[in-house]
Parts: sequence; structure tokens; C-alpha cells
Amino acid sequence: MRKLLLITIVTLVGIIFLGRMIYLQLIISDELSLEAENNSVKTVFQYPERGFIYDRNGKLMVANQVAYDVMVIPRETGEVNLTALSKLLKIEKSRLEKKLADASKWSRKQASVIIPQLTQEEYAPLQEQLRKFPGFYIQRRSLRKYLVDHSASVLGYIREVNQRTIKKDDYYVQGDLAGKSGIELQYEKELRGKKGYKKYTRDHYGRAIESYKNGANDVAPIAGTDLTVTLDKELQEYAEKLMINKRGGIVAIEPKTGEILTLVTAPNYDPSLLMGRDRSKNINAILRDTIRLPDVNRVLQGQYAPGSPFKVINALVGLQEGVVTPQERFSCNHGYNYGGKKKLGCHAHASPLALNRGIAESCNSYFAQVYRRIIESENTAPEGMDIWHDHVTSFGLGDYLGYDLPVGQPGRIPDGDYYTSQYKYKWYAPTTISNAIGQGEVAVTPIQLANMTAAIANRGFYYRPHIIKEMNGAPISNEKYTTKNFTTIDAKHFEPVIEGMNEVYKTGTAKYVQIPGIEICGKTGTVENFAKINGEKKQLTDHSVFIAFAPKDDPKIAIAVFIENGYWGSRYAAKIASLLIEKHIKGEITRTDLENYLLTHSLEYEYAKRISNKPFNINEAIDQGLITDQKEKSLQKLVDSLQIKFLD
Amino acid sequence: MAIGDKPKYDFISILIYAALVFIGLISIYSAAPVTQYTSIFDINQVYGKQLLFIGVCTIFIIIILAVEVKFYERFAGLIYVISLISLAGLYVLGKEVNGAVSWYPIGSFTFQPSEFAKFATALAVAKFLSQLDVSLKNVRDFMIVAGIIALPALLIIPQPDPGSALIYAAFFFALHREGLSPWYLSLGVIALALFLGALVIHIGWIILIILSVIVFMYLLSRKRKHKKRLPKPRVYLYVIAALTCIAYTFSTSYIFNNVLEDRHRNRIDIVLGRVQDDAGIGYNINQSMIAIGNGGIIGKPLEEATQTRGGYVPEQHTDFIFSAVGEVSGLLGTSVTILLFIFLIYRVIIMAERQRNQFARIYGYGVAGIFFLHFFVNVGMVIGLLPTVGIPLPFMSYGGSGLMGFTILLFIFIKLDAHRMSYEH
Repeated sequence: MRKLLLITIVTLVGIIFLGRMIYLQLIISDELSLEAENNSVKTVFQYPERGFIYDRNGKLMVANQVAYDVMVIPRETGEVNLTALSKLLKIEKSRLEKKLADASKWSRKQASVIIPQLTQEEYAPLQEQLRKFPGFYIQRRSLRKYLVDHSASVLGYIREVNQRTIKKDDYYVQGDLAGKSGIELQYEKELRGKKGYKKYTRDHYGRAIESYKNGANDVAPIAGTDLTVTLDKELQEYAEKLMINKRGGIVAIEPKTGEILTLVTAPNYDPSLLMGRDRSKNINAILRDTIRLPDVNRVLQGQYAPGSPFKVINALVGLQEGVVTPQERFSCNHGYNYGGKKKLGCHAHASPLALNRGIAESCNSYFAQVYRRIIESENTAPEGMDIWHDHVTSFGLGDYLGYDLPVGQPGRIPDGDYYTSQYKYKWYAPTTISNAIGQGEVAVTPIQLANMTAAIANRGFYYRPHIIKEMNGAPISNEKYTTKNFTTIDAKHFEPVIEGMNEVYKTGTAKYVQIPGIEICGKTGTVENFAKINGEKKQLTDHSVFIAFAPKDDPKIAIAVFIENGYWGSRYAAKIASLLIEKHIKGEITRTDLENYLLTHSLEYEYAKRISNKPFNINEAIDQGLITDQKEKSLQKLVDSLQIKFLD
Repeated sequence: MAIGDKPKYDFISILIYAALVFIGLISIYSAAPVTQYTSIFDINQVYGKQLLFIGVCTIFIIIILAVEVKFYERFAGLIYVISLISLAGLYVLGKEVNGAVSWYPIGSFTFQPSEFAKFATALAVAKFLSQLDVSLKNVRDFMIVAGIIALPALLIIPQPDPGSALIYAAFFFALHREGLSPWYLSLGVIALALFLGALVIHIGWIILIILSVIVFMYLLSRKRKHKKRLPKPRVYLYVIAALTCIAYTFSTSYIFNNVLEDRHRNRIDIVLGRVQDDAGIGYNINQSMIAIGNGGIIGKPLEEATQTRGGYVPEQHTDFIFSAVGEVSGLLGTSVTILLFIFLIYRVIIMAERQRNQFARIYGYGVAGIFFLHFFVNVGMVIGLLPTVGIPLPFMSYGGSGLMGFTILLFIFIKLDAHRMSYEH
């Protein structure tokens, strides 16, 4: 018995141990091997170069520059010498501590960015020193380099992806950059390319030992696609220059293709503000500016009453429905009495007048009567309204339009049901009479106005507006952008209307902004608008609106200009439109008087009125906006003046 | 030594020894904390040093086998005393490594006397017990043996090196073989069972089990058939036994929960699966199991043995050397290693049993017990069955003192065994 004790125990232990080895090395070996791989294989992403963005003439707008991120893998750092590291990275110790804690909280195994986007100069001294800190390393990445100081809102910007994006799309990991707005967001998939990775075995300090399995599992990155966009860099630059110290937007479209030549929203800012070390400060300044709203793309998201330019649509609908002929005259006695308390007012001009002069003089009375006939052409007002609605929406109004930019608004074109649900009692055409002159319930975005203008220029069809022209040098072949969208108006009805629009330039409301040698067709608009100031609805100075296309017989450009509180259509919008048309068609400016006016006038005094808390006058007969120095880029000033303390 | 008698060295145990040392060396080579391997003779690397230690051991072996066999018994007491002095001297001259003062610095090397105290104690125990007038049944003699065993352990504990001290429990097997009352074994088993039981299940259940077993035994003891085996059916005896068990359970439970520090408690809790802490205290064991599992059946070639090459298992070339065997040579290597250890222990037991000389037999059992406990505690820890206790795996773990200590321990016995036919008192 005594001899057997040790032998028995040894045998038992031997059996248990062998069983355990079978368990570890046979039964759960695969799981443990996986953990071993997680332990020891380091995946280093290889970021491809983001695609460049060229303008329609092949001029480079956006390229790349190299930047360096300081990364950390929390579980590999061990005890961090915070004092030394904060000195090296040139940030406060407490902030470094917080960043490390955040990184640790997010993931102990995966890398987090500690200091993003260092320049070459900032990176050089780090390179050697950082080796002393296990778990920290530098990741090279490609950042945007802007060769233009304008067009920020349409180009968009790239930023580190947030947690929501990472959860939604497993392509991204913490610290990746992705398009956040504009073209960068819309064409993110094309621009980013596809990142590759290299796998290394590493030791428990996180240091790479050698290529894992000789690189058999490595994937090379695929470079991003270079985009050629439809924008004209020169035109864009000029348009933004004219828009300084104004709010509003410009959209210019090539009617023959639907290509967006210019897309400007003001106020705008230099896209470079969103790069580099101050980018967070600048982004916050832009996002927090709730007065000027520079982050709202006014031409895509701003829904305005279109005003008088909308009259040409009513004229077209009237002709198509046969309720009016180009020759029929309507009288105007400083307005039209439709049976309401007040008549629909109009300014002084010769009366009676036919279509041509009606457009040229922008006669409210004329269009009120045409509109009324359209609505009353059917048995009931709602039925008439529906007919009108279908014609109007065929111009792309009241719809998102389907252009290739990530933001937008549908605007509003009311139909019969709309009013039926609004009114308790039966309603009649006069109820909706404001629609006749583009006030009332209709709301459009400037890009819709531009598209509508293109449809008129094309005499009855439009191509969906788009910003993409070529990918890696190959023209796009997206049917969405090459299919004609026909309006419900027959081509023959356009000619009289276009003649009228031409007359606007020759003898009408835009006669002072003619461009020698170019036959332009246009339509001014002076849009009443209101704002709530301290809970009280107050009328503000009218918006200055203008639509135009040129040349009349072979349209190369259709443009819509919207200037908030610019008063008459011809005071600001028409001038800008004419200049841009001249620039696009002639390539030079002869009407330097117009240019000079725009460069020396600021509307900031108008915008200041509503926040002044004082009573103010609107629609002043003389423009008070003359200033001497307009060079200053207003946003930078704002950023400096805000002096908000930002967290990085 | 009887004249004309040729010593017969036990080649089986020598071969197993050589195999284990060899497996150890290549495992240390795999686990060397370097990224670029140099020549195995590179004295600046652990594998180079281990090779050097093996060389020194060979010299020791030759000396041990050359020395007159009676030397060991005759000088057992002296060797024991020297080892005690060397242990005590650590408190004056010792060098702190990893928080423990267990080493003497000798040039660029260190010397760990606790590794040598094992064979010294084994010799002393054998020498004392083999005296004709000494019997374990005699309380005084038992106390002396217990003292001989406990003294070095008590000197080692405060270094602190509780793992090395624990090994002295191995002498239980020798004492048991030499006639220690089976009650000690029963007591030990009961104590261990109660301790572990109280950790795993609620203490109320333990008390219930204690009471029912005691009542059952009391009832049995009244039956004539069992009267001889069990204590007399005196109620107070059983009541005392029950109370002692309950008090013991409570106290160990109290010590575990209130006296032990978290780091000790966690080691046990992790093995019991009560806490999961792969990043903290459980990191070593978890990494060790990952490395072993990664080895699979036939192991990974060195460049794919990522855990071993990457140094993920802390102390892999010393206490966790078995995990390197696991990753580099797989189930094949680990089972061969386990079998080699088992066979070596069997072999030493068989050799001990064939001794005609009591001194040699007791020493042999001491050797077998020490090998077994080291093997059990170390491998049990590395494969995640036992709490973390820092003791080396004999012959395989990196370290000169350890390798020499175990070599001396084994080869003194091989020497004694070689002369078993002629070796008399």
C-alpha cells in the first residue's frame, strides 16, 4: 500500500495532464490559434492616394499632401512617461492623459489617433524620439491640398470618420478620413479608392518582426479615382468674387448637357481652412455661425419664393393650355383687382400689354389674369390647379432633381389637394393668385430655378443637372444624366416667351445690364420676404433674383442668381448674371462698370438690420451698400473675432 | 564499497535526463527574447548560457559519480548545515531580483541556494531516518524530521519565494513510504478537500457534509465489523472532530477571503474560473495557453511560432518553458515531455524500491517526490490547471542553479543506486 501512493498519484496526474494537452492542442487549438493571430499579427493599412479633382477644363482644383498621425495601441504602451511624451508631442499633459484614456476606452487592441495631421516639419523630430515609447507609432496619410481658395461648399471636405460611420460601414476604421460634404461626400467611394494592408508578425511590444507569411495575405491598395467635374474653375472663382459680402447663391448650367458650370453659395470660405492644425477651430466657427449659416448650401437647400422669374412658367402653361395667345392684351391699372380686399399691385408701365411686353415689364396684372384662366379652365379650381401643377413640375420644380450632390430640398409646387387640405371651405383661383407672380405657396431652390431656365433655353427639355464629368479621364455614361427630360410644354410655345425674355434685356427690367454682342434672355425677380424678429413677422428688403440664358439661339449657359435682400432683380442679381454670362461666353469682361458696382457694394448693412433690434427701413431706393474695401475674406475675420475656445 | 564490485549506472534514468535537458535547451532557444538568433554558443544569450550550465553540470556529474559512495551519507549533516547557512546568508549578502532576495551574485552570474538546499535536505532526511533507533512512530523523531524539512522552507518563505518553500511538502511521500501513520495522509486529504470545497461551494454545504460524514462514521464505529478500523465510539471524540473540521473550514475560508492579498486570491480564482482577467493577473496563464494551443498537434516551425517568438508569454524561458515546447513541438512534444517526466519518476521510485539500504531508499523517494511536485505544480500552472506558482520545471527551465540542483539531486541517487548491491550500512 505504502509503495503505491506516489505511483498512483503520478499516474493520475500524468493522465490528467495528457488529457489537458489533448484539449488544448487538439480540441480548442483552432480557437487558441486565432487568438494567437490576434495577438501577434499586426495589420498596417496602406492608404491609397485619394483621387484628384479637376475642373471641366482639366485644371487641378484639389490634390493631396502628406500628413502624419501619431497613433497609439493602448495595451502595448505599458507605463507611459506622460511628462516626456507630452513634451515631445507638444500638448498639455492633462490633454494627453485624456486622449490616452479615450483611446483605451475605445479599444485596447486597436490603434487610435492621438495627434492627427502633423505636417512634414512637425513630424521630422518625432520620428526618432517616438521609438522610445512602445505602443506609439506614426501613420503616414494623405490629406487634401486645395489649389483653389473658393468653392469649399461644393467641393466639400474630408474628416475623420465618426463612430456611427464605422459601425455602419466596416470599410472604415478609427482615424480614417472620409468625405463629409459636397463632391467629397458624393463621390467618396470613387475618390477614396480601396485601402490595402500589410500584415506583420509583431512581438508583445507591438514591434513588427517580419512580414506575416511572407506577405501572402497582403493586399495592395487601389488608388482613388480622379474626377473631372463640370465646374469651370475660372467662372467659379469669379462668381465667388462677385458674391463677397452678399448672401445667396448662383447656379449656372450648360443647357445642352445639364452640366453645372458654377455652383456658388455665399458666404463661402477657403477650403484650406478645414485642413491642418486649426481645422477644428475653423469647422466649429463655420458650424456655429447661426446668423450667416455658411454651412448651409443656399443654392441646394435654400427654398425661396421664386418671384417674377416664375411668371415665364405661367406664360408657358397658359400658352400650352390655350387660355391665352401671344397677341392677346390685358390691361393693367397699377395692379389687378381679383376680388380681394386689396388688388394685386403693379408698377407703372404702358397698358394694355401682350405677352411680350408683359414679360419685359414683369406685369403682375397680366400674369394674374393668365394664371386665373389656367386655374379656371377646368370645372373646379382644384382640377385646374392639378393641371397647372403637372405642367410646372415638368420643369423639375417641386422635386429633388436627382443631381449628384449630397444635399437638397424639394421646394414646393402646390396642387389641388394642397389647398383643399389648407382651406375649410371651397376655394377659387383668386385664393392662390400669388402663385401667378411666384410669391404665394410656391417655393424653389436656386438650382431648380437654373434648371428651369435651362429647360426654357432648350425649348422644352432639360438634362438632370450634374457635377461629374469624367472619371479617370473617361467621360461618364450615366443614363441618368444623358436622358432628356421633356417638359409638358410644346416647343413652339417657347419662342414667344423667349422673345419676351429677350425683350427684358433689350427694353425691359434688365436693359441696363446688357452685354454688347450677346443676345441674352432673362427675367428679373424682386421677391418679397419676411422674417420673424423677436417673435414678430417683419418684412425685409426684397430678394434680388435673376434668371437668364444666352446666347438666345444657341444657349451655352443658363443661370439663376439669388441675392438675399438685394432688392430689385436688376440691382444685384441681373448684374452678376450678365457678368458671368459674358465671362463664360467671351472669356473677358467688358462691363467693368457692373463689376465695379458689385465689388464696391456690400449687403452686410441689410443683414445687420434684422439683428440690430432697432426699427429699420426696407427696400431703400438708393443702395446704401457702398464700401471702399472689399478685399477681406469675411469668414476669416469672423473666425478670428469669435475667439471660441475649442477642444481639438 | 565492496572491493571488486563494479558500479551499475542506471542508463534509463540518465537517458531520460539527457532527453529532458535537450528538449529544454531547444525550447529555451526558441523562447529566447531576441529577434535575431545568433549562434547557439553565443554566451550573451540565454541559450548560450544554458549550454554553458549543461557543460558545468557534466563536470558535476563526473565528480558526483567519482566520489566515494559513502561520502553522501557521511557528510549529509554537514551538507545540510552548509545549505542552511547559505540560505540564511541571503539575508545579508543576497541580491534582489524581481522582488525576491533569493540569489547570491557571482560575477555576472547568480547563485540560488534554495535549489541546492533540496538535495541537502533530502540527504539529511534520509540520513536521520535511516538511523536504526529512529522511528516515525516516535513523536520526538517525527518532530525532528519535520524540523529538518521545515527549517529550509521557513528560511525560504520570507525571501519571499513561497513556491520553492512549497516543494518541501514533497518529503511527505518519503515519510509516508517510511511508515508515517496513514492518519497524516487522511488529514492532509481532508484538509485539502475542505479548503477547496469551501472555495467552490457555499460553506453551509461544507458544514452539512462534515456533519453527515461524522455522524455516519460514528454510527459505523458502533458496529462490530468496523470497530477495529475506526476510533472508539465515544461521542465527544466525534464532536471534537466535527468542530475541528468546521473551525478549520471557517478559518481557511477567512484566511482566503480576508488575509490573502488579491493577487494571491486571484491566482486561485482564475484557475477555478471564478474570475476572468486575461489582461491582468490571468495574463500569463492565458498567454501560455494561447501559445500551447497555437502549437496544435505537430507544432509550428519557429517562424510561425508567433507567441514564442514574439515573447507573449512572460518568463517563457524560465517557469513557462513548457509553453514553448507546446507551441514549437505541439501535442507530440508536450506528450513526450510529460511521458518522459512520468517515466523518470516511475524509474526513480522503482530504483528506490530496489535499494537494500534504507538511506538510499529514503533519498530516492525524496528525489521522486521533489521531481513530481515540481513537475505537477509547474506544468499544472502552465497549462492552466493550477494557480500561478513560480517554480521551475526540472532540467528544462533556464537557470544554472536550478539545472545544477536537479542534476545533483538525481545523480547522487544514480550513484547510490549504482552501488546498491554492495552498499551497506
